[in-house]
Amino acid sequence: MKTIQVYDPPMCCSTGLCGTEIDPALVSFAALLTQLSQQGVKVERYNLGQQPMAFVQNPKVKALLDQEGVAALPLILLDGEVHLKGRYLTDAERVTLSRAALGENAVVSS
Amino acid sequence: MKLPLYQTDSAHTTRYLFFTGKGGVGKTSLSCATALKLAGSGKRVLLVSTDPASNLDEVLETKLTNQPTAIAGASGLDAMNINPVEAAAAYRQRLIGPMRGLLPEAALRSMEEQLSGSCTVEIAAFDEFSGLIGNPETTKDYDHIIFDTAPTGHTLRLMSLAKAWDQFLDNNTSGTSCLGPLAGLEKQRAIYEGTVKTLADASATTLVLVSRPQLAALREAERTSKELRALGVGNQWLIINGIFETRCPEDVTSQAMQRRGQAALAAAKVFISSLPSFVVPLRPINILGLGGLRVLLDGDSEPASLSERESDWTPPDMESLESLLTDIEQQGSGVIMTMGKGGVGKTTVAAAIAVMLARRGHAVHLSTTDPAAHVARTLAGQVAGLTLSRIDPAAETAAYQTEVMRAQGDKMDAAGRALLEEDLRSPCTEEIAVFRAFAREVGNGTDCFVVLDTAPTGHTLLLLDASEAYNRELQRQSRSTQPAAVLHLLERLRDPAFTRILLVTLPEATPVHEAAALQEDLRRAHIEPFAWVINQSLLHSGSCDPLLQRREEAEHRYLREVVEKQSTRTAWLPWQPEEPVGPDALARLASAPLHASTL
Repeated sequence: MKTIQVYDPPMCCSTGLCGTEIDPALVSFAALLTQLSQQGVKVERYNLGQQPMAFVQNPKVKALLDQEGVAALPLILLDGEVHLKGRYLTDAERVTLSRAALGENAVVSS
Repeated sequence: MKLPLYQTDSAHTTRYLFFTGKGGVGKTSLSCATALKLAGSGKRVLLVSTDPASNLDEVLETKLTNQPTAIAGASGLDAMNINPVEAAAAYRQRLIGPMRGLLPEAALRSMEEQLSGSCTVEIAAFDEFSGLIGNPETTKDYDHIIFDTAPTGHTLRLMSLAKAWDQFLDNNTSGTSCLGPLAGLEKQRAIYEGTVKTLADASATTLVLVSRPQLAALREAERTSKELRALGVGNQWLIINGIFETRCPEDVTSQAMQRRGQAALAAAKVFISSLPSFVVPLRPINILGLGGLRVLLDGDSEPASLSERESDWTPPDMESLESLLTDIEQQGSGVIMTMGKGGVGKTTVAAAIAVMLARRGHAVHLSTTDPAAHVARTLAGQVAGLTLSRIDPAAETAAYQTEVMRAQGDKMDAAGRALLEEDLRSPCTEEIAVFRAFAREVGNGTDCFVVLDTAPTGHTLLLLDASEAYNRELQRQSRSTQPAAVLHLLERLRDPAFTRILLVTLPEATPVHEAAALQEDLRRAHIEPFAWVINQSLLHSGSCDPLLQRREEAEHRYLREVVEKQSTRTAWLPWQPEEPVGPDALARLASAPLHASTL
């Protein structure tokens, strides 16, 4: 089973609704994670504002934070390897990630 | 209507007591007096203020924090303040402190920014509040826990949040929320459930609705009573504080005061007889210090006539509201905001200003947060050039939810929309929606006069805090889709040519000191108040009633304190024999000259 770990910048809730901006890419991404998790992918999501210890405990994440600061966030890891950093996925990239997590023939909504 | 005097004894008092009501009705005085009485009978009592602008420190003459502090001279009594901004600071410290040295400085700063938003502030305070009620362990050393709450709106919100979050957690699917990762929330959850249960338990909780013998205050008590009953808080009492009977029947002022009180009680008769109701007589002095508090419930209500009056006293220099307006109107547009403690007459002063500006030919928009909107309603369609609106949290929240779904929904797939809808049902949304409504009303001041009465001090402070937090967050972003009104809010509030802030007070200790503290907070945010307005002064009333004479004399030092120490300009408004309602009465109030010889 694949594991997706997401290290978010500090934010209020999963959609970023409580911040000053709502980023549609963030909302769609949050929805995708819910779907993937329902289909058996192990999803872990950490918010720097609420679970900072998780960032310290992962050496890759900690190293990137030290080198690049918060610009490295959000950080998306697939099976422990950096999949994307510094932004959320585009529509096409969401499909790519779904396939990578579920296998080529997986059917996911865009 | 003959009602019994309010007395208190431990046998007839539940473990939890909540004192609530409109601003200025005497919640703090009565909750302190009750706490003192219970402690005096040998009980261990914890007194808690949930008002962001708490006056407990001043009334108890003790420096308080968010931890129980023993009150010198009152054995068995501890007191504390739940200050939302400080609670949020403590919450931030708990999260960020252990990360120092482990995470880079920039990461710590960004955590701090995120945890400064209005959502965190509200939750941090709410967690402290619900911990005291929902977690018996925290208060096991006390027999009674007495809450002195903020004016109604804030309190209703606090008491409904437990249920709101409990329900939100029930239905949440995404696993995260404003409260943090839900996995760690089971403990909080039990506390919220415990809070909801305790509030609804008549053998554990009494809600004490405090009112004055005034129509607006009684109406607000009635509305609060209904709303809290709907939330399950059913064990309710009513205390009518400041009942006055003149001892000088030939005196116009004191007769009018007695008549106004009796008329208000008669009008609210059905409500008053629907629950256990008590009275507390009007006292000749402001209630400060333990001595004064003990007098409130046990004192002799028959003050001796003043044998001699201060002869060498001349009032300090004050002006009419009209003369302030003459300067304000030069600008042609802009925002005028009335701020101050609850119950000082912010809405009345705002309405008087709006009427006067409109009658002078300006386009004026009056926006009120007054939930009854009583004053505003009497103006609807009555004054040419004057428009009215009200910031209604429920309506603003619904509009914001619709707006977000419309603006964002079509960029998302169905699953994204569902998730966004779910987050929009979070209780956090209301804070954001009200903040944006406030920014929008301020923004309207670019092409007409906008007169805003703000909510009582506590909420004003939180709005200010939110404005600054938003401003910092916005500055870090390269582009923003926020409405212009939000982007420009803080700079507009800081522009003395655009925003004129009037601090409204009564000539009494607590309202003056609360306004002074508010002025300090505003200055820290680089906002300078334009003037002070002293409302409902008995100066020049010429009353022969001994109690009113003493109250008038007690005003002197506060008039002087405002004019000499606090304000650069001070407007003065006399106590009105009739409630100032309707355009003519409001205009008369605004133009009342300093030497009101007509009284």
